[in-house]
Amino acid sequence: MKRVIFLAMFALLTSIPAFAIDTTRFEDPALQERYSKLTHELRCMQCLNTSIADSQVDLAADLRREVHDLLVQGKTDDDIRQFMVARYGEFILFRPLANARNMWLWLAPSAFLIIGVLVAVRVIRQRAKLVTQDDEPVEEEAGR
Amino acid sequence: MNRFLFPLGVFALLAVVLYVGVKNSPNRETMTSVLIGRPAPQFTLPDLTTPGASVSSATFRGKPYVFNVWATWCPSCRVEHQTLLELSKQQEVPIVGLNWRDEDDLAHEWLARLGNPYAAIAVDKPGRTAIDYGVTGAPETFLVDANGIVQYRLAGAMTHEIWQREFVPRLAGKATVAK
Repeated sequence: MKRVIFLAMFALLTSIPAFAIDTTRFEDPALQERYSKLTHELRCMQCLNTSIADSQVDLAADLRREVHDLLVQGKTDDDIRQFMVARYGEFILFRPLANARNMWLWLAPSAFLIIGVLVAVRVIRQRAKLVTQDDEPVEEEAGR
Repeated sequence: MNRFLFPLGVFALLAVVLYVGVKNSPNRETMTSVLIGRPAPQFTLPDLTTPGASVSSATFRGKPYVFNVWATWCPSCRVEHQTLLELSKQQEVPIVGLNWRDEDDLAHEWLARLGNPYAAIAVDKPGRTAIDYGVTGAPETFLVDANGIVQYRLAGAMTHEIWQREFVPRLAGKATVAK
């Protein structure tokens, strides 16, 4: 019985996203694809950590409609991103813009990788030195 | 000793980066509007109080005004309503309302019951003008100067304290936005 109740609760809990299905449909599959991509990379400004595609908030619905209308008007993806940034700021984009101010953000992963490789090389070299130094005592020990 | 110096340096660097990151966290960014220092978006929308008439942003150009986004479904709007009424009685500056995603009947009833602090109320049912203003929730209050430039944006309920601290000095022209 307990298990049934638990399962029922779990089913209810996981059913929430089912209500969030976005019914916006385009005739052109290419537009549909771009719509889906854009709504997933725009932040819902009321709920912050979900995209407007996944949010049920009224404002997110308004912004989805806006994306839809701009796409139908023939605007490019960048136009639509600019439209949103001009109103809500860069914060609305999940993917930060690749401009000078965000340079460190984009370069940081490569920089950390290079630092990691340098450290690894240094450690390996030092260990290699240790092995040659340790050679004799180890043999001595083994011979005993 | 030397072998601890490098990890310690990395830790110190990380600590600084995280501290700066938290200091400038997105939550702080949401509080400032990108509109500040820019012209207030134009609109021409139906007038809530006069059927058939319209309210245009052009009407209010030439003098500073306050632009207040509200709705009857918004509890904080109820909280700030009394303050707005009192501010409107001081007649320092007109308050222009934007009735956002609301029902006219409910809005009329609200004004009849609580009083009307607004010089004019524009009706924005589809929420397009609210998007132009980058509104993320109600209430939001903008201060627009005589040149039609947004000087300040308040997200949340207006209080007398906030009015005195943020709006009065900007209205007096003591603190203009440098951008």
